[in-house]
Amino acid sequence: MNPEPEQPNHDEARRTFLKQSSLLTALAFTPGPVLQAAAAEIDEKVAAVFEKIPVRLDINGHKHKLSIEPRTTLLDLLREQLGLTGTKKGCDYGQCGACTVHIDGKRVNSCLTFAVMQEGKEITTIEGLAKGDDLHPMQEAFIKHDGFQCGYCTPGQIMSAVACVREGHAGSEDEIREFMSGNICRCGAYSNIVAAIQEVKGGGQKV
Amino acid sequence: MNQFQYMRPTKQKAAIDALAKDPNAKIIAGGTNLIDLMKRGVMTPLKLIDINKLPLNKIEHEGNSTRIGALALNGAVAEDKLVLEKQPLLAQALNAGASAQLRNMATVGGNMLQRTRCHYFYDTALPCNKREPGSGCGALEGYNRMHAIFGFSDKCIAVHPSDMSVALVALDATVLVSGPKGDRRIPFAEFHRLPGDTPQQDTNLAQGELVTAVEIPDAAFTKHVHYLKVRERASYAFALVSVAAALSIDNNTIKDARLAMGGVAHKPWRLTEAEKALIGKPATEETFRQAAEVAMRGAKAFKYNAYKLKLAPNSIVQALKTAAAVA
Ligand SMILES: Cc1cc2nc3c(=O)[nH]c(=O)nc-3n(C[C@H](O)[C@H](O)[C@H](O)COP(=O)(O)OP(=O)(O)OC[C@H]3O[C@@H](n4cnc5c(N)ncnc54)[C@H](O)[C@@H]3O)c2cc1C
Ligand code: FES
Ligand code: FES
Repeated sequence: MNPEPEQPNHDEARRTFLKQSSLLTALAFTPGPVLQAAAAEIDEKVAAVFEKIPVRLDINGHKHKLSIEPRTTLLDLLREQLGLTGTKKGCDYGQCGACTVHIDGKRVNSCLTFAVMQEGKEITTIEGLAKGDDLHPMQEAFIKHDGFQCGYCTPGQIMSAVACVREGHAGSEDEIREFMSGNICRCGAYSNIVAAIQEVKGGGQKV
Repeated sequence: MNQFQYMRPTKQKAAIDALAKDPNAKIIAGGTNLIDLMKRGVMTPLKLIDINKLPLNKIEHEGNSTRIGALALNGAVAEDKLVLEKQPLLAQALNAGASAQLRNMATVGGNMLQRTRCHYFYDTALPCNKREPGSGCGALEGYNRMHAIFGFSDKCIAVHPSDMSVALVALDATVLVSGPKGDRRIPFAEFHRLPGDTPQQDTNLAQGELVTAVEIPDAAFTKHVHYLKVRERASYAFALVSVAAALSIDNNTIKDARLAMGGVAHKPWRLTEAEKALIGKPATEETFRQAAEVAMRGAKAFKYNAYKLKLAPNSIVQALKTAAAVA
């Protein structure tokens, strides 16, 4: 489910609310930052408290030109503004791995980074893994080995698992467990997840 | 989360200027600690200075030391060839921290400047002198299982959570800092501070100062090193106690030694007296036990962390045995 590229926020009500609360905060602090920065001729990118910042991102091969409030995490941008709800929010504090995506090919927790910090980066989410109707080998392996029960942690597990193999950290069961420890599964599907990763690794396909 | 202003300077001087003139400004690097704390309302900066466009991520060897830029990622440092060859203890400590995902985001500068994980610090409904000076230390008479056994004060008994910093203090690293008044070098052992009467200050970094790199001198600690981390699950948890041990052994005699502990104090805890008790002795369990006894002098527990008085010396012995490959 790819969103329309270059589509702004759909969630008008939320935006309005944020705008209003921003305004209140802004009135409370009144920093007047843009003018100061311009006066000081500082080499910087500035946004006033209630201003959105233009950000370009490549998400699953689609180029997006977005306008983002600085405090929006990458996770919230994906889920709430772009409708890419495959990436899950478990804890929102870096503790569970449900929000794992790849930025420029590296796995990260999307809940602990602001979207504005990712200007110009290439982001891959679980929606970007399959090629059309052809599932990614790791997705196939998770299905074959029952690597999930409720499925909530699964997008994060799969994104992490693909990176784990690419990084060369899937050499043994112990190594897989250590390098997959950032992905928690409430249902305890761990042994099947390890089996799925071992199969993909052993198959030697390019992931 | 509170609103903030965001800037992304491309010059170091612009970052320092912005930081120096605004006490409500904070640097953001990987964001893995700062964003966590901002979501909880523990830290509420009004301006964020994103330093990720500054060229501070190099890992290089110059003269007799390894120099690691403040923006080098924890994961990249842990797998770097030069680091693995010259400073394997640092690589071990980094790999013991957080998760693969977090290590891909966390920077070296951010890691040493991460705040305590003390529950009273994290919960804005509870008193904490570090978060809100004067509000009291909730942990002192509270649930203090994770807390300090060395160097605490009646204002704060929190511990520093970084694994990387335990290795760096053991390896005699130096922190390179740049500020409005120019550059300076801070020995790692003097970078973090004890809480005293001002636990709100974690380090001796001054207002407006940016960490630019760490430097680790070459030493004979490439073979007999071990970072032991004891935690409540096998991985992805903070240390109850951790030990960084580095030995140089010749003919079964300890020529030189470095020892530090994590999870026991407000700063990474270097054990110089215990090191002296090791040097010149045979690399045996007996020697290690004696050193551990020296290391524990002055330790004092609170209601719920007395287990550390046993766990810490046992961990020291175990780390030294593994480092020395003594069965
Ligand atoms: C779930 C979880 C588990 C974790 N487990 C562990 C663990 O087991 N062991 C461990 O050691 N750590 C652990 N961590 C902590 C992690 O290592 C830190 O969050 C990380 O190292 C911080 O680096 P960062 O670049 O993301 O810092 P940021 O969050 O960007 O910054 C942290 C602080 O440092 C300041 N800062 C950053 N860079 C500079 C600079 N160059 N100059 C001046 N100031 C600067 C910022 O202003 C901020 O106050 C864990 C974190 C999470 C979320
Ligand atoms: S939602 Fe990001 S790690 Fe849990
Ligand atoms: S499958 Fe339910 S949480 Fe992992």
